[in-house]
Amino acid sequence: MNAWARFRRNRLALVGLALVVLLAFSALLAPWLAPYDPTRQSLIEKRARPGAKYLLGADEFGRDILSRVIYGARVALVVGVLSSAIALVGGLLLGVVAGFAGAWLDAVMMRGLEILLAFPYLLLALAIVAALGTGTLNTTIAVGIWGVPAVARIVRGSVLALRETEYVGAARALGAPPPALLRRHILPNIVPGLIVYGTLFMANAILLEAALSFLGLGVQPPTASWGLMVSTGRDVLLVAPHVATVPGLAIMVAVLAFNLVGDGLRDALDPRLRGSV
Amino acid sequence: MIRRLLLAVPVLLGVVFVVMLTIDYLPGDAVTLMLGEHATKDAVAKLREHLGLDKPFLVRYLDYVGRVARGDLGRSIQQNRPVAAELADAWPATLELTVAALVIATVAGIAAGVASAVWPNSLFDGLARLGSLFGLSMPIFWTGLVLIVVFSLWLNWLPVGGAGSLIHLVLPAVTLALPSVAMIARMTRSAVLDVLREDYVRTARAKGVGEFLVLARHALRNAFIPILTLLGLQSGQLMGGAVLTETVFAWPGLGRLMVKAIFARDYILLQGAVLVFALAFVIINLIVDLSYGLLDPRIGRQG
Repeated sequence: MNAWARFRRNRLALVGLALVVLLAFSALLAPWLAPYDPTRQSLIEKRARPGAKYLLGADEFGRDILSRVIYGARVALVVGVLSSAIALVGGLLLGVVAGFAGAWLDAVMMRGLEILLAFPYLLLALAIVAALGTGTLNTTIAVGIWGVPAVARIVRGSVLALRETEYVGAARALGAPPPALLRRHILPNIVPGLIVYGTLFMANAILLEAALSFLGLGVQPPTASWGLMVSTGRDVLLVAPHVATVPGLAIMVAVLAFNLVGDGLRDALDPRLRGSV
Repeated sequence: MIRRLLLAVPVLLGVVFVVMLTIDYLPGDAVTLMLGEHATKDAVAKLREHLGLDKPFLVRYLDYVGRVARGDLGRSIQQNRPVAAELADAWPATLELTVAALVIATVAGIAAGVASAVWPNSLFDGLARLGSLFGLSMPIFWTGLVLIVVFSLWLNWLPVGGAGSLIHLVLPAVTLALPSVAMIARMTRSAVLDVLREDYVRTARAKGVGEFLVLARHALRNAFIPILTLLGLQSGQLMGGAVLTETVFAWPGLGRLMVKAIFARDYILLQGAVLVFALAFVIINLIVDLSYGLLDPRIGRQG
């Protein structure tokens, strides 16, 4: 049975996939889907309750929350995809080098990674943001760098394990140069795991972007970021709870979607990964 | 044990190095921020010299490490108080919060995970697994706000924020614990399910050991090893989550101090706060490593 057939039998994974497609559509078609301009203010209608005119209500500046949630999908997905790319490419490079180089270079790199992994969750990203400054691009870079050490460690582990396999040993004995070994024998075996990890990382990247923006250290106003929307809603939480809670639902749905797809991919691509990724 | 402790030193040195190096590239200048935009060049230069910012990076790094080794964390730029004093004011609140969350997460997570494993594919198992999926996907700062709306605004049972009494602790601790409850429940379920398939469990059952004892003495004790590893990692999650939870609930801890330090570009305070977090994380994982031996005599002390 191929991977897609296995994936298709997993109902939760399909729900996740449907949600991811929905998110992608709202990100791509935001200008056509959103009923209003996400930055259009209407101060007399500030904090409007959900109703016929504003389906999900209006925020502190009278901006339509539904439109901002739709546009927010853009920020979440763009930051998520780009930071995942940074984490995967950076981690792949470092992991392959460490795994192949062996000896002292490997030891030095692993100690370095251990130091980065010794930062409690979020704190490394906070330190990077403190250095880079806020804004969408810097948030993306911070989230991406935050993801590099874990990817590098996974890749290095697989490279070390694969190097010991008989077919890689045989290819090496036959005189295959390292780049060919890498391309033909090592990478094809690492990629499924990386696809799974990358999907699950998307979920974490969206959470982290939201968290940084919530703290005021990520995406800056007036850009419609879900985390930022929760943060502005927090000031009026007790008089208009919908302003903060509705955008948070969008974050949860997006994160849930990528978690479901990631779990489904893991079970479909390589059931042995269960529990390890 | 002593070797392990010594191994933690280079990690902490590295953490300080990384933080100082990242902050070194800070675009906003702490000095300009302190003196305002219209400060004379002369005044800026003087203050830089006073703070030691004119020296090369490595000199400053070694200088800082040397002073930290003697217990001097410097003075915060904003408040001009010893950083050690600011940290000492803040850390008990964070400790209280994270320990409470860790207790909730461990008890609730293990209980739910064991129940799921004992009755797999039951209604409870289904609900617990669905719940943990949501628990892992909810942004923690949003969970906190939703709990405030429900328990403070609608039901009026618990205070909105602040610290001081046990009743103030309930909402922040539950908020912080939820993602970890989900994670621990998931892990416990699969670990217990694995152990229940083992031969020694079948043997124990065959010789007539009661189901409760099988669970308590054979299944849980063996399943605890992966759970323990996870607890060590979760403590890092909890510290990061504490930054968010403290912000949501106006909890006067290290996390809030750190965010304030970032906004104020108070890098000396920030360095100190990160150092305390990293130290706590390293110590917790050291304790985790040492307790493996207590749970499983085979692991012993050789590692």
